[in-house]
Amino acid sequence: MTATATASTPTADNIKGWSRRDMAKRLAEDIPEGWYVNLGIGIPLMVSDFVPADREVVLQSENGILGMGPLQTKRTFDPWIVNAGKQNVTLKTGASIVGHADSFAMIRGGHLDLCVLGSFEVAANGDFANWTTSLKSVPAVGGAMDLAVGAKRIWLIMDHTSKDGKPKLLETCTMPLTAPGVVKRVYTNLAVIDITARGFELVSMTPEITFEALQARTGARIHRKD
Amino acid sequence: MAINKIVSSFADAMAGIKDGSTVLIGGFGAVGQPNHLLDALTEQGAKDLTIVANNAGSGRETGIARLMDMGRVRRIVCSFPRSAGSVVFEELHSAGKLELELVAQGTLAERIRAGGAGIPAFYTATAYGTYIGEGKEVREFKGRKYILEEAIKADVALVEAWQADRWGNLRYRTSGRNFNQPMATAADLTIVQSQHLVELGDLGPDDIHTPGIYVDRVIHVPYGDPPAAAPLAD
Repeated sequence: MTATATASTPTADNIKGWSRRDMAKRLAEDIPEGWYVNLGIGIPLMVSDFVPADREVVLQSENGILGMGPLQTKRTFDPWIVNAGKQNVTLKTGASIVGHADSFAMIRGGHLDLCVLGSFEVAANGDFANWTTSLKSVPAVGGAMDLAVGAKRIWLIMDHTSKDGKPKLLETCTMPLTAPGVVKRVYTNLAVIDITARGFELVSMTPEITFEALQARTGARIHRKD
Repeated sequence: MAINKIVSSFADAMAGIKDGSTVLIGGFGAVGQPNHLLDALTEQGAKDLTIVANNAGSGRETGIARLMDMGRVRRIVCSFPRSAGSVVFEELHSAGKLELELVAQGTLAERIRAGGAGIPAFYTATAYGTYIGEGKEVREFKGRKYILEEAIKADVALVEAWQADRWGNLRYRTSGRNFNQPMATAADLTIVQSQHLVELGDLGPDDIHTPGIYVDRVIHVPYGDPPAAAPLAD
């Protein structure tokens, strides 16, 4: 849990931390059996590869699938089954299909235990911004705003800093919000951080980094758990 | 005279659609998209249309993209307009020739459902406190803030089904259900292209996804499968 001395110095810029697969695996291990979960397009969908085989977690896809399985192969090809990212996916035994209105009633009605999304920015008050970096280009929103307010929990999986080293965990988001005050937990390449009434609270961090170095890469105060 | 909603030509399927109509278009990506009806609508020639669809088309040769490229669309109500291949949308929108109303996907589905169910408007937490929610009426219920969204009631809905009978009872195939199911309920004139025509009674009462009361015209279009979404692994 606490950082041990490693070859990396706290200020070194070569700290990569966990890989995306590591992040997805850590998150997957925290999903209890029996949860109904929506995974956003992209890295969040990788989480499904790491849910332990003996643990029943039911994946929802916003276009009307409950009980989504892995991506199709040439052997299992059925062009009539797609996920929200318009990839051809399989259905698990026990899966069901609904239309768009029923699927979003499921989402907006608070029935999903968890939604995992990627994000550009997250703030210490639980605000997050993941749908567009700017309103100057033509934005596309999809189901992100519905999932953000509908699921019981929003966990984000994202890089801790931008490519040029700027924090993505902030006091206040600078980009257009997806929803205010909804994020409960953030999995980054450097740390797992809860968002509570106090703001960011450290759950765990990569041994490559010290608490001080983590704080230096974060745009708002990180509290240690009591 | 027995009820028979099956028509045999695209001209009959599109008859009477007026300039200035609002048209709902089912589908999610390529699956369940009524492309043959869209091409027939392009042929029919109605213009100054408002299109309601999840996506704003892809390519230039067919579907929503072709309808827009032919200059028939004034306004599009959409949740995900910008995607791979949405070139026509981007050209027209950036040239100021196409109005966009951006709607969160669940709000779009619910506005259509409400339109079909006779509900004029509803409150939702989706998009409260965001750019999309700006300027909309806010009301608090049990300590949470919601915005008011109005229903969408259209002149025409274009729907793709897997099976249909002469009463217009429909079944969809897996992910092909998507927006087709709510949209079928929310227009004065619902037109269906179906992969299969079946005898009345072949679809059991528990198996019908859209009851025929919502459907006005059905045309048989057995085009086969949509394309693979992406290259597949062995």
